[in-house]
Amino acid sequence: MLAHTARTTPQSAINWDWRLTSAMGFVLMAFAGMVYAAESAPATSVMAWWGWPLALFFTCFFLGIVAVPSGVGGGVLFVPIVGGFFPFHLDFVRGAGLLVALASALAAGPSLMRVGLADLRLALPLAVLASASSIAGAMIGLAIPANIVQIALGLTILGIVILMATAKKSEFPEVAVPDKLSTALMMHGIFHDASQGKNISWQVHRTPLGLVLFVGIGFLAGLFGMGAGWANVPVLNLLMGVPLKVSAGTSSFILTLVDSSAAWIYLNKGAVLAIIAVPSVIGMMLGAFIGARLLSVLKASIVRKMVITLLLFAGLRALLKGLGIWI
Amino acid sequence: MLKNELISEEQQRYATLLSWGARSGLALLAISFLAYVFGWMPAHVPLDQLPMVWSLPVHEYLKQTQTPTGWGWLTMAGYGDFASLIGIAWLSGSSLICLLAVIPIYARRRDIVFVSICSIALAVQVLAASGILRSGGH
Repeated sequence: MLAHTARTTPQSAINWDWRLTSAMGFVLMAFAGMVYAAESAPATSVMAWWGWPLALFFTCFFLGIVAVPSGVGGGVLFVPIVGGFFPFHLDFVRGAGLLVALASALAAGPSLMRVGLADLRLALPLAVLASASSIAGAMIGLAIPANIVQIALGLTILGIVILMATAKKSEFPEVAVPDKLSTALMMHGIFHDASQGKNISWQVHRTPLGLVLFVGIGFLAGLFGMGAGWANVPVLNLLMGVPLKVSAGTSSFILTLVDSSAAWIYLNKGAVLAIIAVPSVIGMMLGAFIGARLLSVLKASIVRKMVITLLLFAGLRALLKGLGIWI
Repeated sequence: MLKNELISEEQQRYATLLSWGARSGLALLAISFLAYVFGWMPAHVPLDQLPMVWSLPVHEYLKQTQTPTGWGWLTMAGYGDFASLIGIAWLSGSSLICLLAVIPIYARRRDIVFVSICSIALAVQVLAASGILRSGGH
């Protein structure tokens, strides 16, 4: 309904755009204030057991809404924000974070594969390496002290903030000559670009370096439990020369393998609590459903800036919490 | 939109199975969780006591709640908190069937490289799921 109004009445669209964006900004600030206040309360909080899972559900619902227009995965927002401002131990937050990222990827992956925006031949070699290293990341993450993980998480989130604020994207990167490895693996394809109304062929280069980087990406995904779309897309798009839409789609498919192998480690280790994981998964998926429908009326650049600000705050929080400065 | 015939047979098969795996896993997750939180199933750790233990590191939580690790949770699936893990395990394992299903297609084409890649991917998933790999507590 909103999208229809936006298409037919431009002035109304602008009004809706600003109203919704302002409302989201307000909710963001209210959310930050609420969780800070709740988190500052004494440990013997009078909140009933269901209060936190309910707050988690609404937080994830909101994160799901902003994740879509800001172009980041829900997992990358979930771990630093929930880890920083909710009373759950980081071990359980990371376990839930992986499931949030996995469920989102599973929901999107099949349809992207069916329309050629996710490519099996491109994804499988990268996913094999990344899923193996995600196991190592998960095992190490569960073995080292939580404050070390918090510090590393804070630094990584601040790195992601810089990446989000500065990284360029290339809709259709030019790959003059594919490398030998990608040729041997037949990593090429065709996808339909609706905006141009035509099928576009793509091929890749710098595959060996891409494979190496995916080892590192998988490790970080397992270590922090936050998915890896933020890193997958730049490597596929800017390094390997995959068109942006195919990069985003293939990244989603890669996450179905990478996050599932890391999730098994957390599950077997007992670091998955249903009371944390399930409201998060359901809230995030419902929010993403709404976010996808609001995509045409929200001003994506403003939402993206708000998300960067939120991540900056959460990254600093994780860093200071890990350093024992802001417990 | 690309016509179906332009999407490879293995990719279509993978997508179909993954879609069913995801849908059934999410349904299972939602149903078992409702049974858990509404008390239709008993809880191993009473819900009102969770706030006292969910802030503990995982090894401390396991010790205090006498929760098993590895696949031990499956023996306690009669409890709501563990029944919910079935949906999570289902979602985590949904790629296994997809990988198994595309190997014969690559094999038929004598695409040895992708038969090997899928087999390794399968082995990695099975290894992760097996519970053999254990990390130390912190």
